[in-house]
Amino acid sequence: MTERLRVHVDPDKCQGHARCKALAPELFELDEYGNAHEAGDGTVPPGLEDKAWLAKSNCPEIAIDVIEE
Amino acid sequence: MSDASPPAAHPPVTDWVHDFDHTDPQWTEDPFPIWDELRAASPVVHTERFLGCYMPTTYEAVREIANDTEHFSSRRIIVRDVRPEVARNAAPPITSDPPVHKPAKQLLLPPFTPDAMKKLEPRMRAICNELIDGFIADGKVDAAARYAKYIPVRAIAHMLGIPESDSDLFINWIHMILELGIKDESKLLQAVQEMSAYFSAHIEARKDKPTDDLISYLMNAKDKEGNPLEDSHVLGSLRLLLIAGIDTTWSAIGSSLWHLAKTPGDRERLIAEPGLIPTAVEELLRAYSPVTMAREVVKETTISGCPVKAGNMVLLSFPAANRDPKMFPDADKVVIDRRENRHAAFGLGIHRCVGSNLARMEMQVALEEWLKRIPDFQLDPAGAVTWSQGTVRGPRQLPFLLGKAM
Repeated sequence: MTERLRVHVDPDKCQGHARCKALAPELFELDEYGNAHEAGDGTVPPGLEDKAWLAKSNCPEIAIDVIEE
Repeated sequence: MSDASPPAAHPPVTDWVHDFDHTDPQWTEDPFPIWDELRAASPVVHTERFLGCYMPTTYEAVREIANDTEHFSSRRIIVRDVRPEVARNAAPPITSDPPVHKPAKQLLLPPFTPDAMKKLEPRMRAICNELIDGFIADGKVDAAARYAKYIPVRAIAHMLGIPESDSDLFINWIHMILELGIKDESKLLQAVQEMSAYFSAHIEARKDKPTDDLISYLMNAKDKEGNPLEDSHVLGSLRLLLIAGIDTTWSAIGSSLWHLAKTPGDRERLIAEPGLIPTAVEELLRAYSPVTMAREVVKETTISGCPVKAGNMVLLSFPAANRDPKMFPDADKVVIDRRENRHAAFGLGIHRCVGSNLARMEMQVALEEWLKRIPDFQLDPAGAVTWSQGTVRGPRQLPFLLGKAM
């Protein structure tokens, strides 16, 4: 059984490149300035694990954590 | 201005590591081997040119500097032969440091979110097709001069609410500021004055008759205390949007088309799999990043083990960082389906390009519409590709033959 994943955006590091929103729109939301935060509590629904890792590995500010629970 | 310095000729470079010059013709033509040589020598190199200037050569050193606003100021963001006096409200927020930077940046961000850009997309597609209509029957075209250039100019004119037909005026100011202005201060000052007069007239007109555009948006914006922005702040930000929004994306679209013209395999793949275009855009941004920024060292410090001294400028080359093989496997190759790509084409840290979502949308639309209508094209062997010099690198002449090769 696969582990459950949770994504988290560090708001102090995020600069609004919005790569996560482009690559994993189900997992991230943008505020009125275009800065990102995780959708809901960040839980990654089954099947979207790849997108979570993809978002993390494309964030230029290294602002995204993927936590294995 | 009669006391401005005359244009200076730079002696050719013979020792890149100790005497680099980003305006040298060799750098303009093919900077990539030069960056590799500098990176092999040291994470930070120095030149006595430009009154003293460092250049970080690795991705890590570039990141360190971009994130260090205590030792590195943005009050001067172009490496020039001279150090013109620092103007208040030069072009906020790109020329601002903390704590002034954040509120100035937050003002500009809402009109440039991905959602706001989606609303602009139909107009962009129409612009691209109008441009293509203008040359497709000729069988050949200068794709830099007749396509790539006009896409960002018209987009930003559309957003600012100024006539798209004034495009050539804007293009000329930008050429004077970013290219001629590196060595001839009088050209820089003349362009800034003309630009300010142009925008002042548009601001005045909107005082009586507000409009639904970015100029009115800035005029109505309030600072933290709830006061309207000073006219000089509005003017500075308008200058920034016009300068930063145009030859940057023009260069990125031009470099992308240049790559596709000489790489039929990538072109055919993107035509077969248009869904890959956004990924390819990121890789083209990495491999051919147009924008090099600058900082001024205001306090002595150490970067990647190298001491840097106050008073020097820093050539903050995001394009060189994006070619660092430590950060990117096969850094010297264009891998259009590269999955992991933390490229720094839009900068790192608090000065991340305000227009990055606009630029991405323009590049994507420009490539999609071009490939739909012109699937086959190649460099015209009878013409020459030329590249811009200095802070923003991209093709300025890009002669193509359109249609299947005979």
